[in-house]
Amino acid sequence: MRGWLRSDGRKGIRNVVVVAYLVECAHHVAREITAGDSENVHVIGFPGCFPNAYAQKMMEQLCTHPNVGAVLIVSLGCESFNRHQLADIIAATGRDVKTLVIQNSGGTRTSITEGRSWVRAQCELLALQPMVPMAVSELIVGTVCGGSDATSGITGNPAAGIAFDKLVAAGATCIFEETGELIGCEAIMEARAATPELAAELRASVEKAARYYATLGYGSFASGNADGGLSTIEEKSLGAYMKSGQSVISGLIKPGIIPPKGGLYLMDVVPDGEVRFGFPNISDNAEIVEMMASGAHCTLFVTGRGSVVGSAIAPVIKIAANPHMYARLSEDMDINAGRILEGQATLDEVGQEIFDKVIGLACGERSKSEELGHREFILTYKTFEPLGPSCLPT
Amino acid sequence: MNSDPRLLLLSPEDSVFVLRDQVEGGETVLVEGVLVTCSVRLGLGQKIARKDLKAGYKIFKYGAAIGVLTSDIQIGDHVHLHNLRSEYTPTYALNGEGKSEVMS
Repeated sequence: MRGWLRSDGRKGIRNVVVVAYLVECAHHVAREITAGDSENVHVIGFPGCFPNAYAQKMMEQLCTHPNVGAVLIVSLGCESFNRHQLADIIAATGRDVKTLVIQNSGGTRTSITEGRSWVRAQCELLALQPMVPMAVSELIVGTVCGGSDATSGITGNPAAGIAFDKLVAAGATCIFEETGELIGCEAIMEARAATPELAAELRASVEKAARYYATLGYGSFASGNADGGLSTIEEKSLGAYMKSGQSVISGLIKPGIIPPKGGLYLMDVVPDGEVRFGFPNISDNAEIVEMMASGAHCTLFVTGRGSVVGSAIAPVIKIAANPHMYARLSEDMDINAGRILEGQATLDEVGQEIFDKVIGLACGERSKSEELGHREFILTYKTFEPLGPSCLPT
Repeated sequence: MNSDPRLLLLSPEDSVFVLRDQVEGGETVLVEGVLVTCSVRLGLGQKIARKDLKAGYKIFKYGAAIGVLTSDIQIGDHVHLHNLRSEYTPTYALNGEGKSEVMS
């Protein structure tokens, strides 16, 4: 396994040029800059015009993600996002960065021309960057589930949990999340905390999620979940919880905080304070983006109904939980965990297959969603307070 | 007690089985030694009651509570939105006419 060494000591398993727009008004120019370009140029961005500390932090962490080699910032010019701070932080890591301000660059056409020429030159430079040896213990892996049905919690999620246990045993860092989909799991989860103080923090994070969603009047539960045989948020949660495996829970993080050492971490994704800005994560890609902002090199995505998404920056491994769905969408799925229900594979065998797929990706293999060109990205408004004193391992 | 091999018990304290394959409407299924007839087709992952239970009782799956019964059920009954509700937030789903409504 080899990776690209960054100045902060982290290593990337991809070396992409990111084109980052800072307001929706600059999105078209950013997209056109990358049109027809190589698989290593990815668009990310924040659509809002109003300032938000969370979004600023997320963009800073994403633009300095170990899989990112260089960044083109695309600004309209009058948005509130602090483009100077973002550029300074990227430059301080030794990465090449350029800021294109559309209002100062002659408008759409000339901005696209200038941006394309910079991105092409960067691609040539990044192709020459050397790689260094990388260990499994240097990997950060996230997991999410989306388009869940009643098979997710029986096949794909527990198999992902077994892969997580193997990764944690090898010294890697694993992150599971969506406290809104752990409602009903508080008691069994807190029993796995490394310390009693962390146990209290884990419980509090889920109780916060339950209050938040109760205020909104909806759980993190879509119509397709019910069609797929799930009846309540508690039932969906217990299935989702299986992704976390059996390891001791070492810490609780919030989006953008990079775990300080190997082990299993819960990410608290529900904003702090009163309910503002609507649903915590409006769709699955918002969760993947938060995993990446906390350093995830890749994400395990378990789906029963059949999500097809991938992600910009970090590859996504699609694990099909439902054998009937796999038969329909096999071109989009990396792993068929539905075989477990058919008696053709055990949970342990599929868990090992997922572990091997993570190592394969880190060695340069491409996932199905990468090959298909999926580079979804979404970032919205949130507010977080700092972590409590007992959340991280010492 | 004997049950149809398509019925999966996730945890010994559970009040429901999970279907590992579909069951057609009108089909007879052995549930804990009792033969019951399925009134409708049930797909992969659906839940079937392991015993008779009264409204107000909690349903267990994975060894944990997944909601409260809103009506009495008998062994072999399908357990889903029509007889189970969350203790946290209501479950919304698209109804047959394509409108979103509270289902349980």
